Amino acid sequence: MSDSRIASASTLGVLATLRRGVQLSPQIVQGLWLTLGLAVLAASGRVVVPLAVQRTVDEGIGATGGPDAGRVALFVALAAGALVVAGLCSAMVNVRLFRSTEAGLAELRVRAFRHVHDLSTLSQGTERRGALVSRVTSDVDTISLFVQWGGIMLLVSSLQVLVATVLMAVYSWQLTVLVWLCFVPLVLVLRRAQRHVNAAYTTVRAKVGAMLGAISEAVVGAETVRAYGVGRRTGRRVDAAIEETRSAQARAQVLVASVFSGGVLVANLVLAVVVVVGTLLGVGGELTAGQVVAFLFLVQLFTGPVQMATEILNELQNAVAGWRRVLAVVETPLDVVDPPDGVASERGPAALTLQGVRYTYPEGPEVLHGVDLELPARTRVAVVGRTGSGKTTIAKLVTRLMDPTAGQVLLDGVDLRDLGLASLRDRVVLVPQEGFLMEGTVADNVAYGLRDGTSGADDVAARVSDAFEALGLADWVADLPAGLGTQVGQRGEALSAGERQLVAIARAYLAAPDLLVLDEATSAVDPATEVRIARALDSLTAGRSTLTIAHRLSTAEASDLVVVVDDGHVVEVGPHDELAAAGGVYARMHASWVAQTR
Amino acid sequence: MTDERTTAALQGSRWRRSVALMWRGLRAEPRLYVLAVGSSAVFGALTVAVSRAVGWATDTVVVPAIGGDVEAQDRLWQAGLVLAAVAVTLALSVAGRRIWAGLGFAALQARHRRGVTAQYLRLPMSWHRAHPAGQLLSNASADVEAATGVFNPLPFALGVVVMIGVAAGMLLSIDLWLAAAALVVIPAAVVVNLVFQRFMAPAATRAQQLRAEVADVAHESFEGALLVKSLGTADREEARFADRAHALQAANVRVGVVRAFFDPVIELLPSLGTLVVLGVGTWRASTGAVEAGDVITAAYLLTVMAVPVRAFGWVLGELPRALVGYERIARVLDARGVLPSGSRALPRTAGGLAVRLDGVGVDVPAAGGTARLLDDVDLEVGPGQTVAVVGSTGAGKTTLVSLLARLSDPTRGRVLLDGLDLRDLLDGEVPAQVALVAQQTFVFEDTVRANVTLADVPDVPDGADVPDDAAVWDALRTARLDDLVQGLPGGLDASLGERGANLSGGQRQRLAIARALVRRPRLLVLDDATSAVDPQVESEILRALRGTAGDGSAVTVVMVAYRMSSVALADVVVHLEGGRVVDVGTHRELLGRDPGYRSLATAYEQETARRARERADELAVGDETEATAPDAPVAATPKGRTR
Repeated sequence: MSDSRIASASTLGVLATLRRGVQLSPQIVQGLWLTLGLAVLAASGRVVVPLAVQRTVDEGIGATGGPDAGRVALFVALAAGALVVAGLCSAMVNVRLFRSTEAGLAELRVRAFRHVHDLSTLSQGTERRGALVSRVTSDVDTISLFVQWGGIMLLVSSLQVLVATVLMAVYSWQLTVLVWLCFVPLVLVLRRAQRHVNAAYTTVRAKVGAMLGAISEAVVGAETVRAYGVGRRTGRRVDAAIEETRSAQARAQVLVASVFSGGVLVANLVLAVVVVVGTLLGVGGELTAGQVVAFLFLVQLFTGPVQMATEILNELQNAVAGWRRVLAVVETPLDVVDPPDGVASERGPAALTLQGVRYTYPEGPEVLHGVDLELPARTRVAVVGRTGSGKTTIAKLVTRLMDPTAGQVLLDGVDLRDLGLASLRDRVVLVPQEGFLMEGTVADNVAYGLRDGTSGADDVAARVSDAFEALGLADWVADLPAGLGTQVGQRGEALSAGERQLVAIARAYLAAPDLLVLDEATSAVDPATEVRIARALDSLTAGRSTLTIAHRLSTAEASDLVVVVDDGHVVEVGPHDELAAAGGVYARMHASWVAQTR
Repeated sequence: MTDERTTAALQGSRWRRSVALMWRGLRAEPRLYVLAVGSSAVFGALTVAVSRAVGWATDTVVVPAIGGDVEAQDRLWQAGLVLAAVAVTLALSVAGRRIWAGLGFAALQARHRRGVTAQYLRLPMSWHRAHPAGQLLSNASADVEAATGVFNPLPFALGVVVMIGVAAGMLLSIDLWLAAAALVVIPAAVVVNLVFQRFMAPAATRAQQLRAEVADVAHESFEGALLVKSLGTADREEARFADRAHALQAANVRVGVVRAFFDPVIELLPSLGTLVVLGVGTWRASTGAVEAGDVITAAYLLTVMAVPVRAFGWVLGELPRALVGYERIARVLDARGVLPSGSRALPRTAGGLAVRLDGVGVDVPAAGGTARLLDDVDLEVGPGQTVAVVGSTGAGKTTLVSLLARLSDPTRGRVLLDGLDLRDLLDGEVPAQVALVAQQTFVFEDTVRANVTLADVPDVPDGADVPDDAAVWDALRTARLDDLVQGLPGGLDASLGERGANLSGGQRQRLAIARALVRRPRLLVLDDATSAVDPQVESEILRALRGTAGDGSAVTVVMVAYRMSSVALADVVVHLEGGRVVDVGTHRELLGRDPGYRSLATAYEQETARRARERADELAVGDETEATAPDAPVAATPKGRTR
């Protein structure tokens, strides 16, 4: 499998990531200054209690002439008022931050989602679908969770550290310097340790990924496991992966616990240091007893958030990593670009021209070596050739799933690259080999092909059943457990491969394109049904153009024009009868096909 | 396996289920949790001890020393050492608590995962078909995480109970009123937490639900990316996704708003408690009941308890999610419906198995009752025969052949191999003698060899010998895949990417055939397993399978096929329509007497003939036109434009 063309993460630094992220979701910083102002007020509330304690001890309980209840009551009442105000500010900060970030992240999600669809099928194909899903789900959730749990804490904690430092300095600059001196080495050590923690968590994520891979083999490959009786072996593999995940988790937990308890140790040692040094300063006449006691409370205000902040910084890194992964999607360049001033193509019979078309897959050999084709409007064209001859590449180029590396594909004389994509998709519809169905009923899936979603439900139901009727598939629908209301399951897995193809054809039929491109769209259907569909499509698409990539040559027999592709070249073009009689490549293919079917 | 087990599901009221959930988890890893809770209890006691030590230091050292007491000044270093010793012990207890709690958490997750995945491997295909893969994966990942989330703060919270006990005892020994003033915070915190839960639980559940919905939409939409592109429905998909994303945004904001008010309130509680302590303390000090140091101890205690007491909140906060997650896991753990096995064994001879279906019917639940997939199917296949099952799309062919490998049991009737009902056979007998190659091939992310043998090389597979490389090459040769593998770097050791992404459809199918052949089955079931293989290659493979037919060693083959060249190789053809056998006979016989079969088998031929007739008619009309009007326009020639 070739490397993903979607970067696993953008290479921006932390600040650049934040800047770029905010640029894409400007809602995040709406009203940020007011929020910050409120946050300062909220953080200031944290120092109310130590102040009240100090005043009470020094001027209330320890007042000369016995405890002064009146003063204490005043302090307590003032402090309570301040606390409530600070609490309200804090609540407002929270609400404002949630609203703005969630608004910004929702936009980011939708934008990344849309970008994935705008990438070419080639780019999409280089990345596992599950990994793409996580870019618009869990990666964004990491940011959202960080804001909900960590972001506010980080904001308030930083401010609290600041406020506590200022107040501590007011009481005693010497002790403040001492506290900082104790914590600076801790912060430095923690930063180093954090790198190990991050590495440990990266391992955990990798192990979890491998474990889900092993489990999905047991789930997606359930039939294979049973058909070959390899349950015990699969179980061993799954158990081994689970155990590896467990031990990686355990390692990470031990590491985190050690780092965290290191923080606890320093915080409590600082307390001992403050008691000793504070008392010595007091003895020296620098501080009162109340001031030392108050300082002890302030140290708590300081150490709590410092410890918290180191944990939160780790989460911040996760959030930034998530953000980088989302940004990487949004910034993946589009290789099939919707022209900004795209021409809207007129509906009507579609004529197709290929001029000197070459195509090379990225990091692969050239698969089409200069194809020239003239496919007039209202023609039924069959493209035939051996596996790997390049016929599917032609189907992808005429539907502009990718652009030729050289040459031009023209629809009614206009280069596809100059047509508005919406207009092109209206006129040209591809039915690929795997009939992908959305979860829902058969009717839902066929109705998905309708271009005008405005008509009423009854009308839609009627058009869906008409489509099956017209394709000669009414009997098949009638035999389904619940007719058109039959649930098709995830990815349509409740139906067989052939049945999915029948639904996909009905869906494309309702889309009513001017050019219908069928890429082995009936390969898993029984011969009688295939012939019936082909005949129905013949009459239904009269006046339109069809281009069919076919394994079974019955399609070629029924077409107006057969294009034979061999090794990236068009080797023969002409009506079936002529080519079959000409004794060339097609004649040989056809003879061998006839032999298989009789 | 079918014996009565206690069910995993929790019974009773919400509270009973919550308690049972936590209790079972602790019981599952007794050693780790005794250590974790023990450390946490030490931590709780020490947290109180720190405040006690600070209070003691204040009273007996700091205040007197600053007041000029020389003796107190001498005791200062002693006080510093005591505080340092407490700090070290405290840090050790924190480390112990977090390490053991972390190990317990990881062990519980692994336990749940082993439990659900063992069920995935044990439960029958019918269960798998009713449970989408995405859901099962989320059972083993997101649900396990949700169910165990509560065990992270749980040891902490249990330690806090000890802390509260110690604190209460200590405060009571100082002064009843001071104790009451300090401890009133705890019931208040519990009440606030309960109120919070009432608002939070539904908000969090809704957000969780919407996160799943956003993921579902993204998953389906990205998997159908080609469809979205080919029908040009990206705008519609964007709108569908944006709708869910904005609903999730609203739900997240709702969660945020609840938290926004809860967090300040729960932070406010210890602060307000401290103020109450100051007020009450002043009063008690004025009566001479307590000293300044006692008030400080009580106040300080509240400050250090502020964070630990929140551990209750964390436990309460995780519980609703844990219950939902656990209940989803329990549904898997309690799922029954294992295909029961018997005690009979099939003879280990070389020849093919005799297959008999006796009045077989299969029903599946459908909207408003049941749908019959198969009905009243009788079939007799002799050892070494090749049987083709033919029928239109949706006729029940896959359902029929999957019974032979016992992927499921029939609702009615019996399936017999060498005269033995599949349900009477020992566990492991069917896969040992029957190999089924399905429509879609599952390729493991592993080497070619491992994908063929389905065994890990060094260790012993399920009771059988690991096929050696010669046997693997033999199988690859019969499946006409040996040339390709020889060309791969590493040969048999070449690794195949995720789901065999670097193989074409036909190559994957041939790999699956080799995988079946290497096991030397006595019955080979091919469910449209060669549809993507080139027709000539397909014929070669089928001929090779019949290989030594006639000497009694030929494998019995039952295949679903569309290509008449393949069907013609079969000894017997079974024509299936609407879940019933229409006719059984040789290809020639059926062509002669079964009109439905004839129309299937000769569809292309008839179509060619029909078209030839049409053309002849059109030409005839054209000739007439030409005859009557010699200068008719060229356009009268059918589709003349393209000439």
